Amino acid sequence: MSTIKLTVNGKAVSADAEDRTLLVHLLRDHLGLTGTHVGCDTSQCGACTVHIDGRAVKSCTVLVGQANGSKITTIEGLSKGDELHPMQAAFRDNHGLQCGYCTPGMIMSAVDMVHRHSGKLDEATVRQELEGNICRCTGYHNIVKSVLDAAGRMKVANAAE
Amino acid sequence: MGVEGIGARVARKEDKRFVTGKGKYVDDVRVHGMTYAHFVRSPHAHAKVKSIDISEAMKKTGVVAVLTGKEIVEDKIGNLICGWMIHSKDGTPMKMGAWPAMAPETVRFVGQAVAVVIGETRNQARDGADAVEVTYDELPAAASITAAIAAGAPQLHPEAPGNIIYDWHIGDQAATDTAFKSAANVVAMDILNNRLVPNAMEPRSAVAEYDSAEEHFTLHTTSQNPHVARLVLSAFYGVAQEHKLRVIAPDVGGGFGSKIFIYPEEMVALWASKRTGRPVKWTSDRTEAFLTDAHGRDHLTKAEMAFDKDNKIVGLRVKTHANLGAYMSLFSSSVPTYLYATLLSGQYNIPNIYAEVVSVYTNTTPVDAYRGAGRPEASFVVERMMETAARKLKADPAELRRKNFITSFPHQTPVIMAYDTGDFNASLDAALKTIDYAGFPARKAKAKSEGKLRGIGFSCYIEACGIAPSKAVGSLGAGVGLWESAEVRVNPVGTIEILTGSHSHGQGHETTFAQVVADRLGISVNQVSIVHGDTDKVQFGMGTYGSRSGAVGISAIVKAMEKMEAKAKKIAAHHLEASEQDIVIENGEFKVAGTDKAMALANVALSAYTAHNLPDGMEPGLKESAFYDPSNFTFPAGCYVCEVDVDPGTGKTTFVNFVAADDFGRLINPMIVEGQVHGGIAQGIGQALLEGAVYDESGQLLTASYMDYAMPRADDLPSFKLQHTTTLCPGNPLGIKGCGEAGAIGSTPAVINAITDAIGHDKLEMPATPSRVWHAIHMKQAAE
Ligand code: FES
Ligand code: FES
Repeated sequence: MSTIKLTVNGKAVSADAEDRTLLVHLLRDHLGLTGTHVGCDTSQCGACTVHIDGRAVKSCTVLVGQANGSKITTIEGLSKGDELHPMQAAFRDNHGLQCGYCTPGMIMSAVDMVHRHSGKLDEATVRQELEGNICRCTGYHNIVKSVLDAAGRMKVANAAE
Repeated sequence: MGVEGIGARVARKEDKRFVTGKGKYVDDVRVHGMTYAHFVRSPHAHAKVKSIDISEAMKKTGVVAVLTGKEIVEDKIGNLICGWMIHSKDGTPMKMGAWPAMAPETVRFVGQAVAVVIGETRNQARDGADAVEVTYDELPAAASITAAIAAGAPQLHPEAPGNIIYDWHIGDQAATDTAFKSAANVVAMDILNNRLVPNAMEPRSAVAEYDSAEEHFTLHTTSQNPHVARLVLSAFYGVAQEHKLRVIAPDVGGGFGSKIFIYPEEMVALWASKRTGRPVKWTSDRTEAFLTDAHGRDHLTKAEMAFDKDNKIVGLRVKTHANLGAYMSLFSSSVPTYLYATLLSGQYNIPNIYAEVVSVYTNTTPVDAYRGAGRPEASFVVERMMETAARKLKADPAELRRKNFITSFPHQTPVIMAYDTGDFNASLDAALKTIDYAGFPARKAKAKSEGKLRGIGFSCYIEACGIAPSKAVGSLGAGVGLWESAEVRVNPVGTIEILTGSHSHGQGHETTFAQVVADRLGISVNQVSIVHGDTDKVQFGMGTYGSRSGAVGISAIVKAMEKMEAKAKKIAAHHLEASEQDIVIENGEFKVAGTDKAMALANVALSAYTAHNLPDGMEPGLKESAFYDPSNFTFPAGCYVCEVDVDPGTGKTTFVNFVAADDFGRLINPMIVEGQVHGGIAQGIGQALLEGAVYDESGQLLTASYMDYAMPRADDLPSFKLQHTTTLCPGNPLGIKGCGEAGAIGSTPAVINAITDAIGHDKLEMPATPSRVWHAIHMKQAAE
């Protein structure tokens, strides 16, 4: 057992957890943040993607001890109150989700992708960058559209800031 | 249509919760005092269970209980059932072996549960399971169709000699044989339909609670049909009584068929919650999902198609062996029979068809419906045959199909189905135009000059959806009726709740169903809520599969709406002092046609509930319900064309263009329909190029994780070009045919037809991985 201290979605939290606990289970079971999902046991599907210190990471690959002290953003912390993040809005507007299970991970990966490419993305790059996120419902067609749409929206939002 | 009515691309009402992480899936459910279940599973494909020693496990910290098959038998919990009776050619009923939820004596596939450990935490349950000592006597295994039907093969069930479940047939054998004798040309093929694992991204999960004071159970479960789950758990398994069991299927993360069935794990969780007196949660991990979710497809087929001298089809003969795995899953028997062989006429006039289907037991995971369920297998046979025939007969593949299209409706095929309507030329033309078929030879030549092998492949599929007319399926052996129910509740303030027996696990019913209501009343979709997935709220329903929610589920809503509107019109007429025949509904108002007299829906509703001034003899309230039983199947159909480049150096296939032209009848929300097609195509391409469940000879599943089973990823797929052509289904009020499975049915043959066209070679098995394609190319070169 260890006491883990984290900043999650802007709030300082601490939890006692077995050392073998994965970050995704800490988020879901201890902190009740069930928006982060588990879709596999081999770090392939990306349903568990969160941001650790600003970078997209599969939270099923991280032991809680490794994350100790870091700043974590989950899907629940992405919108500003009732105002959706441009990536969330783009997924809704472009029908980038069906069952919604892969969606939180997709959105967290995609936000990081847009940042890393400074918003300059094309279809081939988006498809390649989404390699680590599996969706069984959408055939990715509308996910790719959503990410490209959001990249445009995020650029506009950045320019306005 | 209004802006939010039928035909509008309304953004989904459910999406806000999903994009903000507020969806509520089963594993998100937490209840006070909850324990966790972890199953002890067989590592062998076939073995006798000699002994189970739980003593070490019971000593582990946090272990609450260890339960085995013995206790299940003691508590008289029923075996799993198969709900569709098939009779063999000789009239004998199918041979069903017993499937207990946890094996007390014999295990027949890797991953079959023999015991369950209930622990205070997920990890403690797992540690406990690791400490359970099971000794097995290994038996030889039959892990494939070929192995199971070989002489001297290991026998799985004493009930099924030779591992044969049934030997069934359909069509007229003598007439078909005669047609073949007079044929000018016969094309014959061996066709393998590879085994797939559905892989909904949300693993199966269950949270079971027992209230001993009320003797009442609550089960949250990942189900496509919670009422069917309740029925089976009560009537057949005897875990709980129907009126003492509430089944809730909240947000469900995809199903594709795999969440229709009521599996051992959900049943054990429910039973264990009573046995231990504690709520029990079980959530599958991905490897368990690979080992225990019902698989799909897995057919071996020999097919022959006969043509006259004008290239008209005169007959089709098919013999299929279907692998049903180690046990008969809930609808497994119907998939390779009535959902498969009844579609072998495809879009074509085929006067004579004879099909035989032999289903066999193997030491593998049970096989059942997976997106399309039988219809993709039929389409694959017919469309591979058509393409290969075109090559053999030196006919243009589009024109050979056109020549044989059914063009007048209704059309009775020789294999039960009566197609009600369609326009196969329209979808073929739309697809040819979109892909620029005329320009293909030039594109092929250009690709050749760049060292690439260019190919084009067609697939003109048809499916039977809107499952299903209850009387018809009853006569074919189904154990249930396949109608749907709906209830319309107009609240006193004029907002509306629709209760439906359909279940949404990605299909967007909360939006499309609301659009239908909004369209009829001229109100906003935000005034309408859709309630589903809870047996305490919705009285009964058959759930969602077989592309039935539009054609059957919405039709039930329309019927209930008509009843509600008739009553509301009477109330409005009474208040407006008009005749009810003169009342029309527009923009949320009940109007006297041709006048400016009107009463708002909210006022009609309020009047119904205050009941101060209703027509004489009218009951208060505004709530109506309906059951809708379809009169026929619906027949979505379309044409898919795929253009690929194959790299002769690596065998890698790259998509140049993928066109899908579908006729789904009336579309409620085209955006959602297109999403369904995209997802289906991805699964169909997955089958063609990437996916395949592989067992070794001893019955070990070699592809039991995402490291080994190739799921389609974003960079494996192209964007798709979609077209819609429309003939309205005459059988239901809105003319809906259904769109959930078409993509998975139409795409697979188009891809394989394109690759075989590119490499000039018909011997290619799925999945057509680069290695297989490379070998196929070089086999041909070596032969030349
Ligand atoms: S759950 Fe983390 S990658 Fe699948
Ligand atoms: S939306 Fe269902 S898995 Fe992606």
